[in-house]
Amino acid sequence: MKLVLAAALLLADPTPLTGTAGTSYLTAVAITPEQPVAVKAVLGDYLYWQFPASAGQRPELAVDVALPDSGRTGPQSWTVEVFDGLRRRQACVGGEQSPVAAASDTSVKLGCRLRQVRSWAEPWDGDPLPGTYYVRLSSTELPEKDLGLPVEVSLALTAPTGDTGADQGELATPLVPVNQPGKVLTTPAPTGSAAPEEDSLSLDWLPDFSSRWIWTAGGGVLAAIAGLIGFSWTRRRRV
Amino acid sequence: MIHRKLSIVAALGLIAVAVPGASPAHAEPGAEAEPPVVELVLDVSGSMKAADIDGETRMAVAKRAFNDVVDALPETTQLGIRVLGATYGGENKKQGCKDTQQIVEVGPVNRVAAKNAIATLKPTGFTPIGLALREAAKDLDGAGAARRIVLITDGEDTCTPPDPCDVARDLAAQGTDLVVDTLGLAPDEKTRKQLVCISQATGGTYASAQSEEELTDRIKQLVDRAALPPPVTPAVVAGAKNCEGAPLLAAGVYSDRELIGEHRFYRVAVSEGDELRASVSIALDRPLNRDYGVLIKAATVDGRELVRGLDAGSGRADVISAGLRWSGDEEPALSAISEICLIVSNSLASATAAGAPGMPVELTIGLAPASETPDAPGLGRGFLLLLVLVIAGLIAGVLAGWLTRWWVAKWKEN
Repeated sequence: MKLVLAAALLLADPTPLTGTAGTSYLTAVAITPEQPVAVKAVLGDYLYWQFPASAGQRPELAVDVALPDSGRTGPQSWTVEVFDGLRRRQACVGGEQSPVAAASDTSVKLGCRLRQVRSWAEPWDGDPLPGTYYVRLSSTELPEKDLGLPVEVSLALTAPTGDTGADQGELATPLVPVNQPGKVLTTPAPTGSAAPEEDSLSLDWLPDFSSRWIWTAGGGVLAAIAGLIGFSWTRRRRV
Repeated sequence: MIHRKLSIVAALGLIAVAVPGASPAHAEPGAEAEPPVVELVLDVSGSMKAADIDGETRMAVAKRAFNDVVDALPETTQLGIRVLGATYGGENKKQGCKDTQQIVEVGPVNRVAAKNAIATLKPTGFTPIGLALREAAKDLDGAGAARRIVLITDGEDTCTPPDPCDVARDLAAQGTDLVVDTLGLAPDEKTRKQLVCISQATGGTYASAQSEEELTDRIKQLVDRAALPPPVTPAVVAGAKNCEGAPLLAAGVYSDRELIGEHRFYRVAVSEGDELRASVSIALDRPLNRDYGVLIKAATVDGRELVRGLDAGSGRADVISAGLRWSGDEEPALSAISEICLIVSNSLASATAAGAPGMPVELTIGLAPASETPDAPGLGRGFLLLLVLVIAGLIAGVLAGWLTRWWVAKWKEN
């Protein structure tokens, strides 16, 4: 699967995805890593994108905003914010998340590196989990007079895979937005059919492959070698 | 004198038709969305005669920009055009403020007809923005649940009251979504403030254009955005004042309105083994004090809090959102609870417009299989693990060696 994806990326047009940006969570435009985005917008716009992330990834955003040359009257505060599939704010642990551009600056650079996406977290915990992530780029403070001037935004997303063995547990379904209209019920919905009985031969109890397998198996080999060495120490040396 | 005031308003209505209301349980996220519907509503008032954009009149520049946009529209887009301030050149304000007509009906885009209609326009009368918005919203009625209007003007409304900003907020509050994007053509301060207010009230955007290039660029941006309608049309729901009377919600997306400082209650039935996932977004559709916050709480029906999600911020923002997850499996005593109460509240404050209609709320309810708490790790890692294993192996080897020697020695003796 990964090979197919890689091949598709290689074959894909290398020109930037001169796409567009959404203006709300619902209309957020989907982006993928290694596919740069270039969007024309204006000062005061709220631009939304969304991207998928899986456990072990460390998504990182780099945003460059080209500011208008003329017409600006004061400094502007910019911010790039990341929210998970439940629209919960995610902390940026790296990158300049909220820079201030002086009136004379021609561009402003923003960045945000997320914490490593975990494979599982307690329900009340705000840790990043597999699923959809929303990006919102906006200016939080700017002179009212400067609203509406044209800007050009370029955004690049990278999602290197970090340490996959750090976590135990698995999220049953990723945190993806529910894209279906709601329905007000008059009576409680019938409870979903019980999960099918587990196959007795199921291998679910085996953890997924991770670096822990290598550490543990390697440790076993080393222990065996150490055992042989220890055994040999007790032999009388034959001269 | 009023009608001499420089003002041109061109309203471009883009109706983005969202996914039809298929049976919620089977609605597919990737379902084919209906094509966007675009209505241009141009208010052609006297101010368009001003020749201050690259040495040409605003009208000439706007006409060319609209022609470019009509050419650039995707084939699937449906187009309509409305004008206002185009026919009455007299001094009577009462009559001038009723001056708005639809010159191209909403339908599949007919480029020739649309261009011909635009070509005949002459800058003439008053600027009834409020009325134009109302009529444009009517034109878009039934065309789709998510409606988008782009308003282009070079001057503020000359027919207040009613304030077009209040009109826009009222229209947006009438059930279905109405987004008004505004474009100021060489705007003065009053115009800019009015347009910013209109766009903020409906969740739209504001842009200014000082040249033909900027105007064309911006309209194309807006058309591009309208071509991507939202994947779902939220169902309208009204939260209750307490948990007993709260509406029981299935999984899906809902929209509601909440006043500043108001609490809204909803109920969700969560069956055993399921996890509740809720998120709420409150759109900040009016001028607010600098700091603000939103809180969503899950509680038992008798008021015991289970989990909360909250967020706060300051400065300009369009929405503020929070979310939560909850499953009864964590505490066996709670797993039998089937109905959960969701309480949405806000800590917003406004010095000016705190009254009805409330702020737009978007509530998303999801029900997913609960995730099991993982057992203690069955596998280890790290150099400490290796060291412990090596020492254990060494000790085991030495012990085994001694035992063997002792056993061999004993066997030889016998």
